[in-house]
Amino acid sequence: MQPFNYKKAGQAENAVALVAPDAEASYLAGGTSLIDLMKLNVQMPKELVDINPLPLSKIEMQGNSLRIGAMARNSDVAYDAIIQQRYPVLSEALLSGASPQLRNMATVGGNLLQRTRCYYFRDTSMPCNKRVPGSGCAAIEGYNRIHAILGGSDRCIATHPSDMAVAMVALDAVVQTRSPNGERSIPLVDFHLLPGETPERETVLQHGELIVAVDLPASNFAKRSHYLKVRDRASYAFAMASVAAALDIQNGIIRSARIALGGVGTKPWRAYDAEKALLNKPANQAAFQAAANAAVAGAKPQKYNAFKVELTRRTIVKALATVGGMA
Amino acid sequence: MKFRLKRRRLGQLMFVSTVAATTSNFVEKSVAQTPVKKTTPMLKSSIPETMKVTLKVNGTAHSLQIEPRVTLLDALREYIGLTGSKKGCDHGQCGACTVLVDGRRVNSCLTFAIMHTDAAITTIEGLEQGNNLHPMQAAFVARDAFQCGYCTPGQICSAVGLVKEGHAKSDADIRELMSGNICRCGAYPNIVAAVRDVLEGKKDAAV
Ligand SMILES: Cc1cc2nc3c(=O)[nH]c(=O)nc-3n(C[C@H](O)[C@H](O)[C@H](O)COP(=O)(O)OP(=O)(O)OC[C@H]3O[C@@H](n4cnc5c(N)ncnc54)[C@H](O)[C@@H]3O)c2cc1C
Ligand code: SF4
Ligand code: FES
Ligand code: FES
Repeated sequence: MQPFNYKKAGQAENAVALVAPDAEASYLAGGTSLIDLMKLNVQMPKELVDINPLPLSKIEMQGNSLRIGAMARNSDVAYDAIIQQRYPVLSEALLSGASPQLRNMATVGGNLLQRTRCYYFRDTSMPCNKRVPGSGCAAIEGYNRIHAILGGSDRCIATHPSDMAVAMVALDAVVQTRSPNGERSIPLVDFHLLPGETPERETVLQHGELIVAVDLPASNFAKRSHYLKVRDRASYAFAMASVAAALDIQNGIIRSARIALGGVGTKPWRAYDAEKALLNKPANQAAFQAAANAAVAGAKPQKYNAFKVELTRRTIVKALATVGGMA
Repeated sequence: MKFRLKRRRLGQLMFVSTVAATTSNFVEKSVAQTPVKKTTPMLKSSIPETMKVTLKVNGTAHSLQIEPRVTLLDALREYIGLTGSKKGCDHGQCGACTVLVDGRRVNSCLTFAIMHTDAAITTIEGLEQGNNLHPMQAAFVARDAFQCGYCTPGQICSAVGLVKEGHAKSDADIRELMSGNICRCGAYPNIVAAVRDVLEGKKDAAV
């Protein structure tokens, strides 16, 4: 690992003032993504600003929304009573991710900004457009079993690995940030970028823009929601395919629906077409199947991950059936 | 004349670089055998090499002069000499390095020591109570919950954290909530039994 300067920030404005003007500076939260990649020389910040002392770990109601502080630990969010009751999909997504130890360290802000698990991205001896722009993509011609079937470009097909972000995208979450230019609110669906020509740019954040919180608005579907994650082993593994599903059903008819996918998209993937297929339909198997087909209609599988198309369909149908059967 | 000088300088340079290569090989070998007191700097820069970092581990304060890039795991093992916490993967993937920071289980390989100057750190060496084993240690012994023992300190610290968190209600919960600790020997059934014994308040269950 390369050496770096270390500073602690006690207030958000100090943290921003330390990182924003310095292109080689970086925030350090739980460290579970950043330190991992620093050990591999994939990320090499020269200045680390430790934001663990920031008073940003509260989870509290703000009017009709629930505000989750950026420094709230993944475990504390998962077991929060309001989240378990009103946003079960988020609690389930968090508990399906990483391990209890990692969840005790990982923060909400860091989780949104964790980097891909593409093995070529993590290996500095391989070409990777995301790590070294213009160097090529080793995955497109290589072993791409874990890669994306939705949202890829001819430059990059890496998935976004977060489970939490998939649930949050389904819940219409809004990211609150702070930078030298002031504060702004960014809907989470617009927060992550498709790889396109510039896979090295992953979010709309400016350098040094600090995530301070994520807001979950009130909704009529969040309570009836579920996260289903399929992976290579029973636990402690990233998703091969995952589905966040939420339904508002009245008299057997679906009045609103949210479906988001993980493990298959280059960003936390909101399946708008699948949602449309469910609207005003009876909550039954035929509707769920139609939604699943719509979700993967634009899929572009690679040599080794064609199985993800059918896996995604079946995971969607099963998740919707579970939600449809909820009291 | 000029030409010969150049050749001689080239020869010297080559000699120096061979020595450097040999020394660095030697340093790496000695690192594998004995505790290191100092990591080799990789980049020349204005970055200060070491800072004073005080860690409170198992109730004792340790003042270390270390670089910010020293992980909590390396600080414990290489600088304080507490080698109970193990390095398996060094990337958060195995749980062998699990310790308790302010009572919460974390992977000490994915956090820097310098981040924890205000915390109370507990390692496997700090669990015993007086001359008695911690109930979780006793349960692991009673249930024969290990084979080679490499993963065991991490398993036990993790299990202590699990009990404190209070979310495990069934064997399935124990398995899921212990999934951050990999055991290559496959002692899982006995580990689950040991954790269950402690959750049920049994003392030295199998004895
Ligand atoms: C073995 C392993 C298994 C895992 N399995 C899963 C899994 O199954 N599912 C899953 O979803 N995740 C998984 N993870 C990833 C884990 O969830 C993330 O590493 C974690 O959420 C990152 O949060 P952090 O606080 O540790 O971030 P850090 O590593 O501290 O930071 C990550 C990045 O975000 C930036 N940052 C952090 N906070 C802020 C902020 N407030 N504002 C602006 N920038 C910020 C940092 O500068 C850094 O660039 C796994 C990780 C490991 C190591
Ligand atoms: S898929 Fe993306 S991250 Fe992976 S090698 Fe290609 S460019 Fe890099
Ligand atoms: S050594 Fe830390 S998790 Fe493997
Ligand atoms: S006892 Fe050998 S690795 Fe677990």
